[in-house]
Amino acid sequence: MNAESLTLMAEAPRPAETAENYLSVGHTIKSWLLTTDHKRIGILYLFSILVFFLIAAVAAALMRLELVTPPGDLVTSETYNKLFTVHGVLMVWFFLIPSIPTVLGNFVIPMMIGARDVAFPKLNLLSWYLFLAGGVVALHAIIVGGVDTGWTFYAPFSTTYSNSHVVEMAAGVFVAGFGSILTGLNFVITVQKMRAPGLTWFRLPLFIWALYATSLILVLATPVLAITLALMSLERLWGVGVFNPKLGGDPILFQHLFWFYSHPAVYIMILPGMGVVSELITCFARKKIFGYHFIAFSSVAIAVIGFLVWGHHMFVSSQSVYAGMVFSILSFIVAIPSAIKMFNWTATLHRGSISFEAPMLYALGFLGLFTIGGLTGLFLAAMALDIHVTDTYFVVAHFHYVMVGGMVTAFMGGLHYWWPKITGRLYPEKLAQLAALVMFIGFNLTFFPQFIMGYLGMPRRYHAYPPEFQIFHVFSSAGASILGVAYVLPLIYLIWSLWRGPVAGPNPWHATGLEWQTPSPPPVHNFDYAPVVTEEPYNYPPLSEEGEPVPVHV
Amino acid sequence: MNASAHHPSRSRYFKIWAALMILLFVTWAVATLNVGRFNILVAMSIAVVKMLMVILYFMHVRYGARLTWLFAAAGFFWLFIMFTLTMGDYLTRSGFHHG
Amino acid sequence: MSNHSSAVAEQFEDAAQQYEAATLGMWTFLATEVLFFGGLFMAYIAYRHAYPGGFAAGSRQINLVFGTVNTAILLTSSLTMALAVHAAQGGKTRAVVRYLLATLGFAMGFMVVKGLEYHQDFVEHLVPGRHFTTDLPYGAQIFFVLYWAMTGLHACHVLVGVGLLSTLAWLAHRGRYSTQYYTPIEIGGLYWHFVDIVWIFLYPLLYLIDRHA
Repeated sequence: MNAESLTLMAEAPRPAETAENYLSVGHTIKSWLLTTDHKRIGILYLFSILVFFLIAAVAAALMRLELVTPPGDLVTSETYNKLFTVHGVLMVWFFLIPSIPTVLGNFVIPMMIGARDVAFPKLNLLSWYLFLAGGVVALHAIIVGGVDTGWTFYAPFSTTYSNSHVVEMAAGVFVAGFGSILTGLNFVITVQKMRAPGLTWFRLPLFIWALYATSLILVLATPVLAITLALMSLERLWGVGVFNPKLGGDPILFQHLFWFYSHPAVYIMILPGMGVVSELITCFARKKIFGYHFIAFSSVAIAVIGFLVWGHHMFVSSQSVYAGMVFSILSFIVAIPSAIKMFNWTATLHRGSISFEAPMLYALGFLGLFTIGGLTGLFLAAMALDIHVTDTYFVVAHFHYVMVGGMVTAFMGGLHYWWPKITGRLYPEKLAQLAALVMFIGFNLTFFPQFIMGYLGMPRRYHAYPPEFQIFHVFSSAGASILGVAYVLPLIYLIWSLWRGPVAGPNPWHATGLEWQTPSPPPVHNFDYAPVVTEEPYNYPPLSEEGEPVPVHV
Repeated sequence: MNASAHHPSRSRYFKIWAALMILLFVTWAVATLNVGRFNILVAMSIAVVKMLMVILYFMHVRYGARLTWLFAAAGFFWLFIMFTLTMGDYLTRSGFHHG
Repeated sequence: MSNHSSAVAEQFEDAAQQYEAATLGMWTFLATEVLFFGGLFMAYIAYRHAYPGGFAAGSRQINLVFGTVNTAILLTSSLTMALAVHAAQGGKTRAVVRYLLATLGFAMGFMVVKGLEYHQDFVEHLVPGRHFTTDLPYGAQIFFVLYWAMTGLHACHVLVGVGLLSTLAWLAHRGRYSTQYYTPIEIGGLYWHFVDIVWIFLYPLLYLIDRHA
């Protein structure tokens, strides 16, 4: 082995691993940086988003530290503004939006549909480089002084009055956004055109339905963000007033354009998580999923209706009341497909043979936390209530419940579930279960008090506050430290498992799905032959034969 | 072998081009007349017709799969959502229209 | 079903699947472009509604002859592009190159006219910015912002098209395409027609708001 090679496998191959797989075919940096293998690209993305997650988490830690006491004494107001901007920008665009699609989606989608790779492997690699380039620009913007506008970049503060590195940060997001468009494009065409023979739409795993819906949003919404950031930058750089009231512009137009993307963006963030949960619940309840068609159609419904509700972020912006009413009713309607999923998942659990491995713990956590997050979203959709809690910690708690309690939980569940497939190793189960539990406790301790203090009037984005809110902040910050532990634990034991974890066979969970019909880790081209699918998905055997792998005709 | 289908003949392409040029002339001509509110309506209708001619014939959508048609229409449908709901705000606000 | 043709990438089963994927992929990309330009059209609609007088006055300032000529140029370039694809279907390499070069010529002609037009606009102080002043009705400045933004973004796409057409013409000249494989020409054509369609809308919206005396 030469000095510059990267080794991700155990030193000595065990008997089960003597066959060449996608990890062993090349150990040089070049073989990784110039790969067009969707599996390697998924891993490249995994490392990248981890870096951004850590930086954004540090920003959050500093914020929570500041908030332990009422006076704003740890950092200046301007620094605090920069902290929550960094946290938002990195978490939204450089962690959540890529997370499941680019890591799990890239890895698993071609295998789930029986294909050798995605439709456009080179575009796939390009998307990662665009993501990286955007990330580098964004990090540079942070290093040279940061941005204080919040991740929402509202005009006229962003266009006219802020003294921070707005254009540079916007440029970073712009470039990374194109990477995400390419990912979405790739997935749409892959699912549309490269399914194995016999794999009709209604035989697809629900993870594919969810990612297809996500990709539709990626493709249709992200370009609007791009042009909006460009217009904002134009105004900031050259004073050309499309959003400046002094020149006849309307700052609310910025919000319309921004939220036209950013609301569907939250569905980009949650739909993949829902797809993962569908896979986990059916596998660990050992039961065919309840209401397959409903769940499949609900994914598409969320994607479509999600484009119709953006004005609920603008109820107090001076948008017309009539528009507000329309957006409000549409926001109630968009909750319905999500609720349908919740009912179907619960019905799947009913009379299932449930086991509590870590992926299932995360899935169950998702069910509870997303319910709370989703319901509080409905509260916010009611205009009258929204006016009371707008820009308070109630909103902050709501979106953290869906984004962290929902999406991050689902990501952790999916990562654990497919870890054996990706690495050929099993993670330590007891430790993983403990981490899942600690995460659940830490999360609720962090964010539930925020609902209460938000309702009582604690504003968001403030680092100094009246003393009556301190008790809530103390609980929240304590919870955050526990949450931090819960995220560090998997980092440690997952890496540990790469060297010391037991070897996983092709299908340690005895799950259905084409991806489990390949060795772990899979060979470069996934399948030596194109599989032919003749069965419904999730064809788990009746309970009396529990534990037997499901045959898939080849 | 590359997929399918019937493609237009050369003479069909030239006819479409001629129609496009005629429509260009009409657009310009109508713009020089004062027909009040109809100016914008005529101009946009002609533009839409021109666009459809390019899409259906030059871009072969008329002869292609249904799926292509769907994908071609999708972008415009979403644009329609953006225009409609946003103008729903501006049209119901007082003070935005100046004259 | 395996395929031994070197023109089929290994992730695809056969050339037909590759062709369909490429075409659908380009249409998906064009959908993103529709939304990308769409944000500017949204701003246009909102502000034209707000400032009909300012927009009309602004529209009268820009050069109708240049705009009309450019529209005719682009429409004709779409014809030559379609003829290039048609020739590629028939395997007529020399005709392909000729039509691609003709399209390229029209594209560059468009840029020349645009350059002349921008120069004239600049001389006539129609460029908005920190030092912009005007006697035109309120809202004219926003018209000019959108004029420059929309035609500028469009011109960037024409430039990309110039690069694309040059590359395709060169590769066609080198014998890269045949009746079995001319996919890049077809999807390049789709891109070019899209550029034409954007202009089909820009022309009446920017140049023809109020041209009656």
